[in-house]
Amino acid sequence: MCLALPGKVISIDESNPNLKTAKVNFNGVVKDVTVQWIDDLKVGDYVIVHVGFALNKIDEKEAIETFRIINEMVDLTKREGGE
Amino acid sequence: MKYVDEYRDAESVRLLSEKINSIITRNWNVMEICGGQTHTILKYRIEELLPPQITLIHGPGCPVCVTPIEMIDKAILLALRPDIILVSYGDMLRVPGSNSDLLEAKSKGGNVKMIYSPLDAIKIAEQNPDKKIVFFAVGFETTAPANAFTIFEAERRGLKNYFMLCSHVLVPPAIEILLKSEKNSINGILTAGHVCTVMGYEEYIPLAEKYKTPMVVTGFEPVDILSGLLMVIYQLENGNCFVENQYGRAVRKEGNIHSKKIISDVFEITDRKWRGIGLIPQSGLKIKSKYSHYDAEIVFNIDTTGFDESDICIAGEILQGLKKPGDCPAFRKECTPEIPLGAPMVSAEGACSAYYRYTK
Repeated sequence: MCLALPGKVISIDESNPNLKTAKVNFNGVVKDVTVQWIDDLKVGDYVIVHVGFALNKIDEKEAIETFRIINEMVDLTKREGGE
Repeated sequence: MKYVDEYRDAESVRLLSEKINSIITRNWNVMEICGGQTHTILKYRIEELLPPQITLIHGPGCPVCVTPIEMIDKAILLALRPDIILVSYGDMLRVPGSNSDLLEAKSKGGNVKMIYSPLDAIKIAEQNPDKKIVFFAVGFETTAPANAFTIFEAERRGLKNYFMLCSHVLVPPAIEILLKSEKNSINGILTAGHVCTVMGYEEYIPLAEKYKTPMVVTGFEPVDILSGLLMVIYQLENGNCFVENQYGRAVRKEGNIHSKKIISDVFEITDRKWRGIGLIPQSGLKIKSKYSHYDAEIVFNIDTTGFDESDICIAGEILQGLKKPGDCPAFRKECTPEIPLGAPMVSAEGACSAYYRYTK
C-alpha cells in the first residue's frame, strides 16, 4: 500500500489552483500526477509518487549527504576498532 | 532510472554487508515496520548477507492486513446493494471477510471496481450520477492525504453521490504497543520511509527515548535497507537510542506540511481495532463530523452482526512479529495467494505473500 516510486517531472500544469498536476516520467512510462502539495516544483525535478500523488520532491543534496554520513560512520568504526 | 539503480548496486550492497559484519559483536533483533521493506528483504535475500547475530522481525506495516474484518464485512454488504458502486485498491478486493471477499461479492452481482488513485473514485462518481459511490479508504499516513483530498474534491465539485468507508491507521501508536508488550524482543527499528515522507519523524523521537530503542527512517531499496541496518547496529553497539534518517532524499524532519494539513482538516484521531492485534488507542483516523455527510458508516445503515476469523491462520502473531510465515501450519497448504486464509497472504506487502513468492 505504501509503495511509492521516483519519477522525473516533464511538464507542470498549474491552470487549476485546486488541482495542480504534472506529467511524470517513470522509466519511460509517463503518467499524470497530482503535485498539489509540492512547493517550488520545476521541470526536471524528481518526485516520489504514491497512488497518483507526489509525496515530496527528491532532494539530491540529501541523497549525497546520507552517503557521506554512512561513509563517515564506517570510517569512525574502523578507527575505534583500531584498524 | 535515477534514484533506483544506484540503490540496487551490488558493490554498494557488498560493502555495506561487510561493514555490518565487521562492527557487530552481539545478538540484535531489528524490526522493519513496513511490508514493502519486508518484500525487499525477501526478494533480494538480504538476510543471507547479514551476520547470524542479526534477526530481522517483520512488522505490522501492511494496511490491508490490519484492516478489521468487520470493515471488510461492511464493505461487502455495501457492495451487494444495487444502488452502490464500491471502489477500492486492488489488494483489498481479495482480503477475506467473515464469509467471503469483495471479488466474490462482485461475482454475485455486486458492483465492485478497482482503482489505482483515489481521484479515480471521484471520476467514477461524476460518471455515474445515478449511483452512490463508496470508496473503501484504507492505508497508513502515506495514503491519508490522497484519500482525504477526495473529500475536498467531492465538495468542490458539488458531488452528492460520493462517500467514504474509512479505515485509516497510524503507525507510531502501533510501534508503541509492540515496544510496550511483555513479549517485546525488538532492539532496534527501521521505520517506514514513506509514512515519514508525509509525517516526518518528530513523533518517533520520544518513542526512541522512552523505550531505549534506536529508530532509523529507512527507504525501500537493498542499499537503503542495508544502510538503515548499519545505522541501527552502529547505534546498538554504541549504546545509543536516537532517531536517524537514512531516507533523507525523500524524508524531511517535519514531513510534508501541506499533506499533514489536509489530513488534519479532513480526519481526526480515533481508537482503531487492528486485525490480528486488537484495539490500539488513538491509532486510527476517522472523518471529521463536519464532513459526516461523506462518511459511509454514518450515511448507510450497515449492520454486521458478529464476525468469524479462520481458526488456523496465525496472521495476528505474524503481524506482531512473534511468528514467521513458515511457523503457520496452513502456509503453502490450505493458504496460498490463490486461496488466502489471512490478509498477509493477499497483500503485496504481507509477510506471508513475500515468503510465498521468494522462499522455497
